[in-house]
Amino acid sequence: MNSLKKYPYLFIGPAMVLLILFFILPIVVALGISFTDMDLVGLNDYSAVNFIGFDNYKAIFQDSEFGQVILNTLFYVVVGVPLVVACSLTIATAINFVSGRIGEAFRGIYYLPAITNTVAVSFVWMFLYNPSHGLINYFLMNLHIIDSQIAWLSDPAYAKFALIILAVWKGIGLNMIILLAGLTAISKDYYEAADIDGANAFQKYFKITLPQLKYPLFFVIVTTTIGWMQFFDEVYMMIERESANAKSIALFIYEHGFKMMDYGYASAASIVLFIGIITITIIQLKVSKEN
Amino acid sequence: MYKSKKSKIITILFLLLGAIIMVFPLYWMITTSFKTLAEANQVPPTFTIHDFSLEAYGRLFDKMPFLLYLKNTLIIVLFSFGGLLLSALAGYGFSKYEFKHKEVYFVVVLATMMIPYQVTMIPNFLLINKLGLVNTFAGIALPGLVSGFTIFLFRQFMNSIPDEIIEAARVEGLSEFQIFFKIVLPMSKPILAIQSILVFIGSWNSFLWPLIVAQSQDKYTLSIGLSLLQGQNTSDVPLQMAGATLMIIPILIVFFTLQKYILDGYNLSGIK
Repeated sequence: MNSLKKYPYLFIGPAMVLLILFFILPIVVALGISFTDMDLVGLNDYSAVNFIGFDNYKAIFQDSEFGQVILNTLFYVVVGVPLVVACSLTIATAINFVSGRIGEAFRGIYYLPAITNTVAVSFVWMFLYNPSHGLINYFLMNLHIIDSQIAWLSDPAYAKFALIILAVWKGIGLNMIILLAGLTAISKDYYEAADIDGANAFQKYFKITLPQLKYPLFFVIVTTTIGWMQFFDEVYMMIERESANAKSIALFIYEHGFKMMDYGYASAASIVLFIGIITITIIQLKVSKEN
Repeated sequence: MYKSKKSKIITILFLLLGAIIMVFPLYWMITTSFKTLAEANQVPPTFTIHDFSLEAYGRLFDKMPFLLYLKNTLIIVLFSFGGLLLSALAGYGFSKYEFKHKEVYFVVVLATMMIPYQVTMIPNFLLINKLGLVNTFAGIALPGLVSGFTIFLFRQFMNSIPDEIIEAARVEGLSEFQIFFKIVLPMSKPILAIQSILVFIGSWNSFLWPLIVAQSQDKYTLSIGLSLLQGQNTSDVPLQMAGATLMIIPILIVFFTLQKYILDGYNLSGIK
């Protein structure tokens, strides 16, 4: 057995090195940079980088744009997460109920948007949302729901909703599959016993199905929340950069890091985001444990 | 019995309505890409193609070096398949060996799944810059080569391979790597299949990191090339739809041919 000792390290070694280099080490580095004024000059000449203590953190909390992007991101989480989870759960339940070949066909169709390229579907949705040529305004006006064109992506009142609709459309697939896998795993015995007791469909759903679905549901809620907190691709593609109105924290970090090359400032913002994600995940874990 | 049949039909109708909404944007994308500029901008819109035209694809190939971007994207995909092998090796190491601090290493693997992209983005750029890999394919591919989640799924799957098989192979004198490549890997076909598909889709669609690292046109991937069609061509909707269609069709083909594998794969992955 002794001669086998080196093998586990040969197997896990390459992957571990990459994980530490590109996931673990960056946290330390990001934290370090967030206390400096590193910029494009500093990128190639580390001697030009100065330690500035908490200045970046003080600055971002006085930056009104940062306040706005935090509120926007919270809005995405508070509206988007329940919407995605509710839609995914409803559809998974319906597909599980239909089951058979028809159910399988629906499963494929609903999953489809999840694998599409965000850049590509952003173009499609920008066209659908187009104020004068877009189909959405065309339908709404013909149905007399609205009587003047809505500028979905540039009007501050609508932009966030427009992005959420696209992201929900794209987000349903994966969550639906995970919930559906959970639903099919529930033993039929529970339902048969409930039938004997004379339980109706609603009682069965709330007393058996949902409690049995606890783990997949929790997994879906936590991962969806983390995903929405990092909302980027759609916002990057579809929102006019000048308006801070629908911008997410992720886009704010990208712009400060890679457009303005203000690495210190962007890193401080990313650490704030990280702390936010950890805090929310811990709260979710706590709440779920109490239940 | 009658009652349950009725509710089944209502459910199917409900699902059908939702399915139309899910698929419609893709239908709209494909049909618009085959319309002329005039027809695409027409109000009221046409729901079928009246004037079938390939002009938009012609304009797309004029404006965008599609084949170059396709080649670049496929290079990144190839890299990520290499990464998949590294993840499989690590999954096997965690599943079938006992070693010092194994738990600690595994916690590190799991922890990487919780780190947001925005935090690693800037430090990784600094590192790639230090390594002189900015604007190279290696620089685009390296940070995403292995993922904690993939390693975790491989470990889960390989736990189900009986130790006796591996012991028997050792007795027969196979080396540890021979055991992995000749016995374990062939037995892991189901998880390899689903992971290959997911890795393909993931690297085909990846956008943010390539956008940061690729700085000249000869390194652009399809996603980046496509994103450039925004702005200067906002009015040319069929052109944008043609680009979007070409980006999405390969994924749809992969999906429809391997659908059952992909969707059932989620049962396999053990997130239940």
